[in-house]
Amino acid sequence: MNKAILGKKIGMTQVFTEEGHLIPVTIVEAGPCTIVQVKNTEKDGYNAVQLGFGDVKERRVNKPTKGHFDKANVPYKRYLKEFRLEGSNYEVGQEIKADIFTPGEKVDISGISKGKGFAGVIKRWNQARGPMSHGSKFHRRPGAMAMSATPARVLKGKKLPGQMGHKLVTVQNLEIVKVDAENNLLLIKGAVPGPKNTLLSIKETTKFKR
Amino acid sequence: MSIIKSIEQQQVKKDIPTFNVGDTVKVHAKVVEGKRERIQVFEGTVLKRQNGGLKETFTVRKISYGVGVERTFPLHSPRIEKIEVTRRGKVRRAKLNYLRDRVGKATKVKEKK
Repeated sequence: MNKAILGKKIGMTQVFTEEGHLIPVTIVEAGPCTIVQVKNTEKDGYNAVQLGFGDVKERRVNKPTKGHFDKANVPYKRYLKEFRLEGSNYEVGQEIKADIFTPGEKVDISGISKGKGFAGVIKRWNQARGPMSHGSKFHRRPGAMAMSATPARVLKGKKLPGQMGHKLVTVQNLEIVKVDAENNLLLIKGAVPGPKNTLLSIKETTKFKR
Repeated sequence: MSIIKSIEQQQVKKDIPTFNVGDTVKVHAKVVEGKRERIQVFEGTVLKRQNGGLKETFTVRKISYGVGVERTFPLHSPRIEKIEVTRRGKVRRAKLNYLRDRVGKATKVKEKK
C-alpha cells in the first residue's frame, strides 16, 4: 500500500461528466491528516504510519493520549489510525492531504456500516418467507437447524437471526471522480459504508490495476 | 449540507429559459452517431417537471407518425445544447398525464394570452 488517508462521509449527490453521463457520487471530506507516529522494523517489528484526523479540543483528550500527541509535537486529533504504508519518506508531523489521489484512480474504502439491530433471517440473509395464510404456521422463521441423529448438532456458520450491520465493511475498487484539494474533498463513484459523518479510511486499491 | 449544495450549484446551468408545464418547447439535444456528434431537435409539449435543483428533469411529449413519443431530459445536462420556447400553454395541472389518453385535436393545450 502506497497511499492512505482518513476521511468523513458528507453525503451523496450526482455529477455530470463531460460526455453528459450522470453518475452517482459520495462526497468525502478527506484529510488533512497528520502523521502522529512512524513505526519501523527495528523498534516496532513492522513498518507503519499512524495518522490523526479531525481536530478536537484539548479538554476532550485524556492524559495518556495527550502524552502521545505531545511526544510527536502535533495538534490533538479525534481519530488515530495506523496504515502499513510502504516507503520510508514519512516523518512525524507531516501532513497528508486529499491531493495524493488523482481522478480516475481506484480506491478501497472501509467504514462502520449502518446498524440494523437484531435482524431476522429474511432481512439478514435474504431468505424467503413462508405462506402467510392457507393454514401455514411457517412465516418468518429460520427453518431447519441441521440433520437429525447425525450430526445431531447445528453446523457452524448456520444462518440465524442476530446483529446486522454496524461492523467494519470494505468496498473495493471505487473510482475517484474528482479531487478538490482546496476544500479537502474527494468525489467517489458509488456508495460507501456507514451513515453521514462517519469515519472512513480510504486506501489505494488492492485489486488488479490497469 | 452546504458542501453538497455547493457542489451541485457548480453544475447548475444559469441560461435556462423559464418554461412551464404545457409549453411547447424545442429541445436541442446532442446525439452521437458513430464518432460524429450532431444536434437533434425534439419539439413537443412539456408534460411535467420533476425534482429540483441539479436533479431536475422535464418530460416532453410529441406525436410522431401517429405514435406518442415521450423523452425525459435532465434539465442541467451538458447534452442539452439549448431549449427554445415556441408557445406558452394555459394549463390548470402540474402534470399533464391526461394528454396520454387523448388523440387528435384534444391533445392541444390552450395558448396563454
